[in-house]
Amino acid sequence: MTTTATSRPEPGRPSVAVWKFASCDGCQLSLLDCEDELLALAGRVRFAHFPEMSRTSTGGPYDLSLVEGSVTTPADAARILEIRRLSRRVVTIGACATAGGIQGLRNFAAAGEYAAAVYARPEYLSTLDTSTPISDHIEVDGELHGCPVDRGQLLEVITAHLAGRRPVLSGSSVCQECKARGTVCLLVARGTACLGPVTRAGCGALCPSLDRACFGCFGPSDAPNVAALADRLVGDGHGRGELGRLLRTFNAGAGPFAAGSTALLGPDPEMGSPDHG
Amino acid sequence: MADDVRSIAVEGMARVEGEGSLHVSVRDGAVADVSLDIFEPPRFFEALLRGRHFTEAPDITARICGICPVAYQTSACTALEAACGVTVDSRIQALRRLLYCGEWIQSHALHIYLLHAPDFLGCADAVELAERDRAGVARGLAIKRTGNELMTVVGGRSIHPVNVRVGGFWQAPTREAVAALAGPLDQARQDALATVAWVAGFDFPDVESDYRFVALHTGDCYPVESGRVVSRGLLDATAEEFSYRVVEEHVARSTALHARIDGELTYLTGPLARYALNSRLLPEVARRAAAEAGLEEVCRNPFRSIVVRAVELVFACDEALRLVEGYEPPDPPAAACSAPDTGSVGAGASEAPRGLLLHRYELDGRGMITTARIVPPTSQNQRAIEEDLRRVVTSSLSLDDPELTLRCEQAVRNHDPCISCAAHFLDLTVEER
Repeated sequence: MTTTATSRPEPGRPSVAVWKFASCDGCQLSLLDCEDELLALAGRVRFAHFPEMSRTSTGGPYDLSLVEGSVTTPADAARILEIRRLSRRVVTIGACATAGGIQGLRNFAAAGEYAAAVYARPEYLSTLDTSTPISDHIEVDGELHGCPVDRGQLLEVITAHLAGRRPVLSGSSVCQECKARGTVCLLVARGTACLGPVTRAGCGALCPSLDRACFGCFGPSDAPNVAALADRLVGDGHGRGELGRLLRTFNAGAGPFAAGSTALLGPDPEMGSPDHG
Repeated sequence: MADDVRSIAVEGMARVEGEGSLHVSVRDGAVADVSLDIFEPPRFFEALLRGRHFTEAPDITARICGICPVAYQTSACTALEAACGVTVDSRIQALRRLLYCGEWIQSHALHIYLLHAPDFLGCADAVELAERDRAGVARGLAIKRTGNELMTVVGGRSIHPVNVRVGGFWQAPTREAVAALAGPLDQARQDALATVAWVAGFDFPDVESDYRFVALHTGDCYPVESGRVVSRGLLDATAEEFSYRVVEEHVARSTALHARIDGELTYLTGPLARYALNSRLLPEVARRAAAEAGLEEVCRNPFRSIVVRAVELVFACDEALRLVEGYEPPDPPAAACSAPDTGSVGAGASEAPRGLLLHRYELDGRGMITTARIVPPTSQNQRAIEEDLRRVVTSSLSLDDPELTLRCEQAVRNHDPCISCAAHFLDLTVEER
């Protein structure tokens, strides 16, 4: 990475940088998926570093850095410090950047086990035994959750941070969104193992509207009661293995989900019993 | 003789999905070494899938790639349905193909307009291109939006759709919602035809390669979500049989597991391969567009892959329109799937926008995954891309360094590599700079 501070933000046209760590590219793709807004946005801000979009890259400082992905290598642990140094504001986007992502499942496994399972020659690798959110490494100015993030929320976050105001994002649960759109409660009506009561709003209660239980891709809501939900679902006949795995996906590393899954599964790295709903 | 050594290095290639770099060295006027290195951190999907229930694989593997999640979901579903001994009915198959067309439309439009065309027109990116040709870029974005709309109607959302499950879908979209796609798709098909004419006018370096093409083939339609794995004179295999033929090697310097057939043959998947093996199966509108663009039944110039991709864009819009018009909601929306209590094995292959994607799973008697193997397009194509680089550099030595660098980057982007995909089992060699 070349990070020489050679240019200053143009007055009135803030500079935005987009950075990738361990991730699937989907959250920064959300930006390119703003088909109706992309060209207008490019007129309002200067994309100073956005390799997925442009060959041109200018050095910092940057007014706003959007960071996708989690920290999984020693080099990336160093790179994020440099990005912090060069950025007026750092906002992390997506489950990898805010919670460690699906690759964070290695945090629950024995050290070195994953590399040995996938690679013939694990000694070639230079990778950490953990996948950690960006906020474990630097102070961040904002976090946008979701796997992937919602496009509308992403635009809100960009405009809010550039305007110096707080983005308008709900900390309530998917349950609230289900009620708002009038979707019949899958958990109450059918006893389906739904994470809606403990999952952050933002998707518009997409899965329940498709007859599918919420699987928590936006991570925990503010002050979720995971233990109470787990007790209820165990009482409804769901297995602890099934429920533990449900909490151990893209936001497995988020505090309330990690605590909930560990309480359900214990220290067993085998991910619990095979029961499923 | 330092003067005789010339090296081209691009650290952090732009306008590709994921993080990769490119190194070429030329010694005494001949290409000494080329490598496409991938420094995307590995994410260990094969390891983290072990111990998961088979029904979880489509959502987990979708997270390998945000650009082609439907490819991952589809290959996972077909592999796991095979493991369960289930064949989905024609309505589910048609809906799956429709969703996949949406992914082809958004991914091909993204690649043509935002990632690849700027190279041919001397622009750093699509924003700069829009300063010259705003209507052109707007056309590309409109096509892309239609692909995303289609994915949203069928899949719930365009990045990591939520409506896909092993056996089919959680809920069949309504007839009304699907019918409403016809207008935008008809417009997208017209825009795709304009795209073919637009890219056909680009300047293409005169380079041809003797590729060994590998693609799916069905015999009665252009391959998307299913088919046998075919290579002329070499291969006509089920996904399961193919999984034994493709051998991957973990090499220190090249950073990826390199896939080769029978452990020795380099091959190419993706639009050039699909087109070469299936161009006669394209619908009339796409075949005519290809002919007008000067394409023959096989195209071996990698730089003209942008034309082939545009022809496939016409196909995907036309095919989606056909499927929309014939849509019958599957009822039930998914076939019941349960894993045999004796344990089982299943493989599935589909055509991701950038090439063949193979999944293979072994399940225990409880339906838990014991072994997962995923062979993404970019690891299959990596050797072919490096051979292209060697050929391109050899024929472009008269260019100055900035021009040669751009030409090399373009040679990589010709194949729309998805480095995020490849990285899940990559050897990581971070170069400390």
